[in-house]
Amino acid sequence: MNQTHAEIHYPERPEGPISAAILAAGVGALALGLVTTLAEASTMVKDWLRWSDVVGPLSGKVIVSVLVWLVAWILLHLALRRSAYETRRALIIALILIGLGVLGTFPTFFLAFADG
Amino acid sequence: MSFSERESWTLIHGMGLGALFLLAFAGGLAELWALKPDLVTTKGVAGRMRRLKIGITAMAVAAWLTVITGTWVVYPWYRAEDADSARSRLLADPDTADWHTFGMEWKEHIAWLSPILATTVAFIVFYYGTNLIRHDRVRRTAIALFVLAFVFAAVAGLLGALITKAAPVE
Repeated sequence: MNQTHAEIHYPERPEGPISAAILAAGVGALALGLVTTLAEASTMVKDWLRWSDVVGPLSGKVIVSVLVWLVAWILLHLALRRSAYETRRALIIALILIGLGVLGTFPTFFLAFADG
Repeated sequence: MSFSERESWTLIHGMGLGALFLLAFAGGLAELWALKPDLVTTKGVAGRMRRLKIGITAMAVAAWLTVITGTWVVYPWYRAEDADSARSRLLADPDTADWHTFGMEWKEHIAWLSPILATTVAFIVFYYGTNLIRHDRVRRTAIALFVLAFVFAAVAGLLGALITKAAPVE
């Protein structure tokens, strides 16, 4: 490393909060896929998610998913804020959760669970 | 030449915010990519971090505004019950029904993954700051999530453009 790099200020920060944010994004994605499929599988769930008449069930699906993401982020942040939890592990877990979330939002998949 | 209220909002949602998103993504990605020890100098680091934070924040804000306007402003017009709505017109013709049953059904959901991921990357950049220069693993993780945010937005944007071509919101 040369002298130039030694002069850049690097504040000491644990990786835990970064891993918490990444994992929370995965949880949010999974939540979106889950509520999308559940809404298709159950008329009762679909009706419950109709939080806005003009938007329809999509309103409830996205608000629930965003709330789940934010709550998961807060809880994971509190749990990992001082830890050195590696981002590589968090990224792998998050990518699996995001993959499942995408699957849940894929019409060919969720329509297979269509109620009636 | 004039635009109706609905056409104006569709333009704001798809082209205005879409262009901002694309511009912010390109800038943010270039800055993130170049955040390597060999490419950063003491003099340049402050400006580089400032540009990175602006680009990442702009992309996250553009992504949120795009999905919010899309879901709560444009989508209600698209899905209206009357026979003239875009959804009704698409479903009335078996040749175009898939644009709704597959295209719109996927687009309206998957688009919401983009702001979540863009916000996550923004948090990483603001929290970790210059540490991204010396921790290549974290920088690459941020790039992966940033590109993924773009991919989801691109899928939604492309489907939106094709659906609008088949049945514009009028």
